[in-house]
Amino acid sequence: DFTKSWIIILQTVTLIPGDGIGPEISTAVMKIFEAAKAPIQWEERNVTAIKGPGGKWMIPTEAKDSMDKSKIGLKGPLKTPIAAGHPSMNLLLRKTFDLYANVRPCVSIEGYKTPYTDVDLVTIRENTEGEYSGIEHVIVDGVVQSIKLITEEASQRIAEYAFEYARNNQRASVTAVHKANIMRMSDGLFLRKCREVAENFKDIKFTEMYLDTVCLNMVQDPTQFDVLVMPNLYGDILSDLCAGLIGGLGVTPSGNIGANGVAIFESVHGTAPDIAGKDLANPTALLLSAVMMLRHMGLHGQAKKIETACFDTIRDKKVLTKDLGGNSKCSEFTGEICRRVQDME
Amino acid sequence: MAASSAALSLPKVFRPVLGLGRSGNPAKVTGGSMLHATVILVTPPPAKYGGRHTVTLIPGDGIGPELLNHVRELFRFSCVPVDFEVVNVNSSVATEDDIHNAITAIRRNGVALKGNIETNHNMPPSHKSRNNLLRTSLDLFANMMHCQSLPGVQTRHKNIDIIIIRENTEGEYSSLEHESVSGVVESLKIITRYNSLRIADYAFRLAREKGRRRVTAVHKANIMKLADGLFLQCCKEVASGYPDIQFDSMIVDNTTMQLVSKPHQFDVMVMPNLYGNVVSNVCAGLVGGPGLVPGANYGTNYAVFETATRNTGKSIADKNIANPTAMLLASCLMLDHLRLHDYANMIRGAVLTTMNETRLHTADIGGQGTTSEVVQSVMKNIQSGGPLTTEQI
Repeated sequence: DFTKSWIIILQTVTLIPGDGIGPEISTAVMKIFEAAKAPIQWEERNVTAIKGPGGKWMIPTEAKDSMDKSKIGLKGPLKTPIAAGHPSMNLLLRKTFDLYANVRPCVSIEGYKTPYTDVDLVTIRENTEGEYSGIEHVIVDGVVQSIKLITEEASQRIAEYAFEYARNNQRASVTAVHKANIMRMSDGLFLRKCREVAENFKDIKFTEMYLDTVCLNMVQDPTQFDVLVMPNLYGDILSDLCAGLIGGLGVTPSGNIGANGVAIFESVHGTAPDIAGKDLANPTALLLSAVMMLRHMGLHGQAKKIETACFDTIRDKKVLTKDLGGNSKCSEFTGEICRRVQDME
Repeated sequence: MAASSAALSLPKVFRPVLGLGRSGNPAKVTGGSMLHATVILVTPPPAKYGGRHTVTLIPGDGIGPELLNHVRELFRFSCVPVDFEVVNVNSSVATEDDIHNAITAIRRNGVALKGNIETNHNMPPSHKSRNNLLRTSLDLFANMMHCQSLPGVQTRHKNIDIIIIRENTEGEYSSLEHESVSGVVESLKIITRYNSLRIADYAFRLAREKGRRRVTAVHKANIMKLADGLFLQCCKEVASGYPDIQFDSMIVDNTTMQLVSKPHQFDVMVMPNLYGNVVSNVCAGLVGGPGLVPGANYGTNYAVFETATRNTGKSIADKNIANPTAMLLASCLMLDHLRLHDYANMIRGAVLTTMNETRLHTADIGGQGTTSEVVQSVMKNIQSGGPLTTEQI
């Protein structure tokens, strides 16, 4: 449209480079976005915990303000501190922005061969409660209890998000994963809420399946699954299982959706300190997460362009980083994707 | 002897005070207690009369009844000296009488072969899983599953050979739940030092017995620091007593990822209840599906054999398409337990010949055979290779 080309609205995104290979893969993503002329304005922030008033650990105010304003974040891998006094940064971010849904689309990458082809599913995991509530007690010496918490609100919220995601992304079915035969009350509540929400989304097919049956069928035929919604622990295990089907954490995108419209997209691999700073890292995971971010923002054209460039590069097998089976540098891999993106103009 | 029989008649509430284990056997109590009883394993006399063993048979639901009928047919054909005492458990009634009858029968016979009993979701949450009730009442603390790739079955990964040992009585399956406030439910996961040490010891002893090199503990101790932390610590303690076996640990989500990409790195794995559920199903899927792998539940005094993935198979029930391999191999494990090794090897050999050489496969592994065709083929293999059978086919 003639009028549209006049005004280019730049969307601000809070960028958290992270530790280890974080900074170099973030630079790679920024370069590719620049080549694609994506209307994104990056605001780099550091989230290392500081002690706030009252002695409580919190993320720096500049980071929080930036996120609250922009509502969208892209995060690299963060180091898990041992004996640093403060809790894990990921946990802090989750609590600060109430990131209740973890979304991981797992799509087979043509060109990166795994024993599983045609995988195309999405795992949606409740991220605030369940088995990871951190409530544990030593009852008597030698007897420990760990509490799994399931609440009606959280289950409702995640179920609603799952169905809305399915609707917005043209997915045909949602499957609730549970173990309500053993955990009658807790998973029973989760399942009940999913069933209730399913009533309002008659256009989406709703099924329920035991966790063990899902695992069994997933490794035999992953094509039968579409969108999966589940509590925290099962989500953790299943999302990593699905990542393994398509090639591992180095190529899997991930997004965290919070209350108040906040969304933080991240790469889920580690900081890889052994290759940090050596230009050997693979930016695919962070790049695909950034593509997921573009889709979330409604910029589908840009997303498709960058994603296609990335997949074409991998399929071509000429310029690949070491973990993908090649011996090119991170900058070369990035350059190749940039070149393809520019050729698509 | 008098003390133990008196102990057995005591009401349940007094047992912990006197330092007695859940099954009523005097057990060693760690830490201070009033009574320091030593471990006396009261093994009941085997249910063997006139050279024939009696085994409890619980048909269960779904494909259980038909598969167990085939097992009985095969045993009759092969002249196996085992008689089955059938106990039916109705999964749609609320009373627990049926399952308690089954438990009593198993206490009497010591060994059982069972199909899976369905858990009806329309019942209130107080209606507990019958299978779980059976396992905890009989204290079948170890679930053992040996996943081996069969050369005749087409799978993505070849030559997998993993033994999975799963704690079978506590952890997330404690069935202790309550609704503190309307809409807020708590479910307790219990990990105890006693059970963790017991399962770790079982795992290492089994590894040594079978000549395995490595035991991997699967956990999530980075998040559940106290619970899985205790489990991991117990495994490490036991590992120090077996210097010939290498011990390492892996977080459960990484484990599942590794299993689908590089399953050959695993040898023996030991883990708490829920992770055991996930990992055993993933491994069963890797070697070809739920129809191929047998499972065994061992306690100090009792043993119950079933399919490894415990599926009811409602959708394929009574259609003659279920794969009988898992149940037949489970019956072989049972025969091994009863020390009827010749019969066990004969039947196992015949089943494996059908799978690998004759390649008569059911639909779940890509073939077109029916259940009865597979069983007939097994019987033919037994006849051609073994001792006299009841009839000529």
